[in-house]
Amino acid sequence: MTIKPPDAFSPGETPTFEASAKTSLADSQLRRNLGKATQTIRRKRAAVVEEMPDWEELREAGRALKERTLRHLDAYLLQLEESVTKAGGVVHWARDADEANRIISGIVREKGANEVVKVKSIATDETKLNEHLESEGIHAFETDLAELIIQLAGETSSHILVPAIHKNRAEIRELFLRELDVEELSDEPKDLANAARLYLRKKFLNAKVGISGANFAVAETGTVAVVESEGNGRMCTTLPPVLVTLMGVEKIVPAWRDFEVFMQLLPRSSTAERMNPYTSFWTGVSEGDGPEEFHLVLLDNGRTDVLADEIGRQTLNCIRCSACLNVCPVYERTGGHAYNSVYPGPIGAILTPQLVGIGKPGSDSLPYASSLCGACYQVCPVKINIPEVLIHLRGRVVRHKQDRGGLRERLDPENAAMRAMAKAFSDPELYENAQRLARVGQWPLVRGGKIGSLPGRLAGWTKVRDLKPVPKQSFREWWKEERG
Amino acid sequence: MASAKETILWRVRRATRDVPEDERPEDVAVARGYRKEGEDARAEVVDRFAAHVAEYEATVHRVAEDDLPGVVEKILAGRGIQRLVVPPKLPQSWVPDGVEVLRDAARPRLTNEELDGADGVLTGCALGIAQTGTIALDAGPGQGRRALTLLPDYHLCVVREEQVVDLVPEAFAKLEEAVGVEGRAVTFISGPSATSDIELNRVEGVHGPRVLEVLIVG
Repeated sequence: MTIKPPDAFSPGETPTFEASAKTSLADSQLRRNLGKATQTIRRKRAAVVEEMPDWEELREAGRALKERTLRHLDAYLLQLEESVTKAGGVVHWARDADEANRIISGIVREKGANEVVKVKSIATDETKLNEHLESEGIHAFETDLAELIIQLAGETSSHILVPAIHKNRAEIRELFLRELDVEELSDEPKDLANAARLYLRKKFLNAKVGISGANFAVAETGTVAVVESEGNGRMCTTLPPVLVTLMGVEKIVPAWRDFEVFMQLLPRSSTAERMNPYTSFWTGVSEGDGPEEFHLVLLDNGRTDVLADEIGRQTLNCIRCSACLNVCPVYERTGGHAYNSVYPGPIGAILTPQLVGIGKPGSDSLPYASSLCGACYQVCPVKINIPEVLIHLRGRVVRHKQDRGGLRERLDPENAAMRAMAKAFSDPELYENAQRLARVGQWPLVRGGKIGSLPGRLAGWTKVRDLKPVPKQSFREWWKEERG
Repeated sequence: MASAKETILWRVRRATRDVPEDERPEDVAVARGYRKEGEDARAEVVDRFAAHVAEYEATVHRVAEDDLPGVVEKILAGRGIQRLVVPPKLPQSWVPDGVEVLRDAARPRLTNEELDGADGVLTGCALGIAQTGTIALDAGPGQGRRALTLLPDYHLCVVREEQVVDLVPEAFAKLEEAVGVEGRAVTFISGPSATSDIELNRVEGVHGPRVLEVLIVG
């Protein structure tokens, strides 16, 4: 079994993005798989969004509805609890991952079950629910095809929506031959999907407990929605007699009618479809239809810290569509694993450090994993200004280093360079002198019109980027010459 | 010690201290400038529904009311459907002779094994959405509980022309009562079960029905 890569939500330090990205960039198979996948989905998404004359109005409504929800989250949480309870469900509150896991394993144990079926849920990845259940002797079967692939391979997901995006058909065939007790199997996607279907059907029919995440929950009615493609979501949420749903506290929408906005934004942004194949909406328990028992676990796990940051708060608008991953030039080249988080890509670069807290080298490096090109902001269906939050978080990371860091942090080349620059920028004479000096000083470093690495303490700056040399003539010099 | 609920609510309130005390949720403006209702003629809306459903690799037929039973019989025979699941309150005239009918009822309900062993299911629907090619089921008459349209590998669904709405917001408006008042479960179906997990190639049928066939009656 492959060893799972480190994750920002697991105890212990994770490596920095720049360290992990080096490994990913060297993997040419990964880059081919990723390049093909992201380009295909980008093209498709653009086409289905083009169909919508009111796309910008929908985005604005989605953003505003999320803002309304987040500013009044306490009231909406209480309203949701009341409506779910009224509809025959049971609501639990979990301050952190451990508490959520204990609540869920408690329910499973009470039913005497040692197996559960699960529909893909990033929230349960975040809390490491599967590992927790395993430690209590309960095996959780992932039923989404990609999640099954990842689980069988003993890996973690590399994309929010298509977690096995980094694996090609030949790799999947080998894995299934080894793990799924099948004798013959082609590498046709159709045959591979069928092998998974046969393997999991028995599990669905016999499971006592199903576990899901939630895409949305309606405060007004208590209705929970799971958006999916394969039907495994419908299986997990209707066949077992007991259903447990874990959702982040931010997943609330105020009213049933608000689905008219989000159910237009989500499918087109994520899988580039007019509508995803299946969406299940359920309200508590329905007599004779689906589970007899429904538990909804409301998870904080750092979300209220994100809420407290007025600029960072918009991160909680996220409806997990993954459009930002597919357009990101950084994600396209490094893949999801380089982020060392269950939330990769641009959204992960802002969500993860906020959820786990500033001050950990691995997640602190994520706001720097961006070229700030802004493509993620343009495609975001709920208008999260990711570049704005990235810069805001870089500021928080630097301030944290300055405030709490020891001598090493204060002597950090980036810190030192920024301090020197701040000084130079504040005085025109110093600035001009610095430019002239740099022009003279840089000549041994310039290769092919760029500076690939700076010496000494400044090396930190060029470790992850090339630098443009200072031009032969500065604007100020040109101005003096022409107009002076 | 404070309960988890108290703690989380306290944290939320502390985190939103910037929100003025007297601000109500409705005070946060939500501009709803998007389209709420389509403007096209009925015939165009139904045509669009048929075209969009077909784009999901579902088979679509347009039939006249009187021809329905004959068409159902022919389609089922063509697909080799022997054991057909039928939900409560499905119009009797839709069900052809010559197939074994597994009728679901409140008591006794068909077991999951019986559903799994059936060849197909025949249902009506709550409505269809032209904009997206979606069929909505709300467990109403002729639709049955959710497992019925999930376990059999083949789903034949009858949609009446007058049940087709143009835009997504019209659908949520129509379903509001079934959900808000009666608490009924709703399932949206857009084409057969599908996955794009392997190299983003679309494959029909992973866990749900692998074939969806739609009869538009009008």
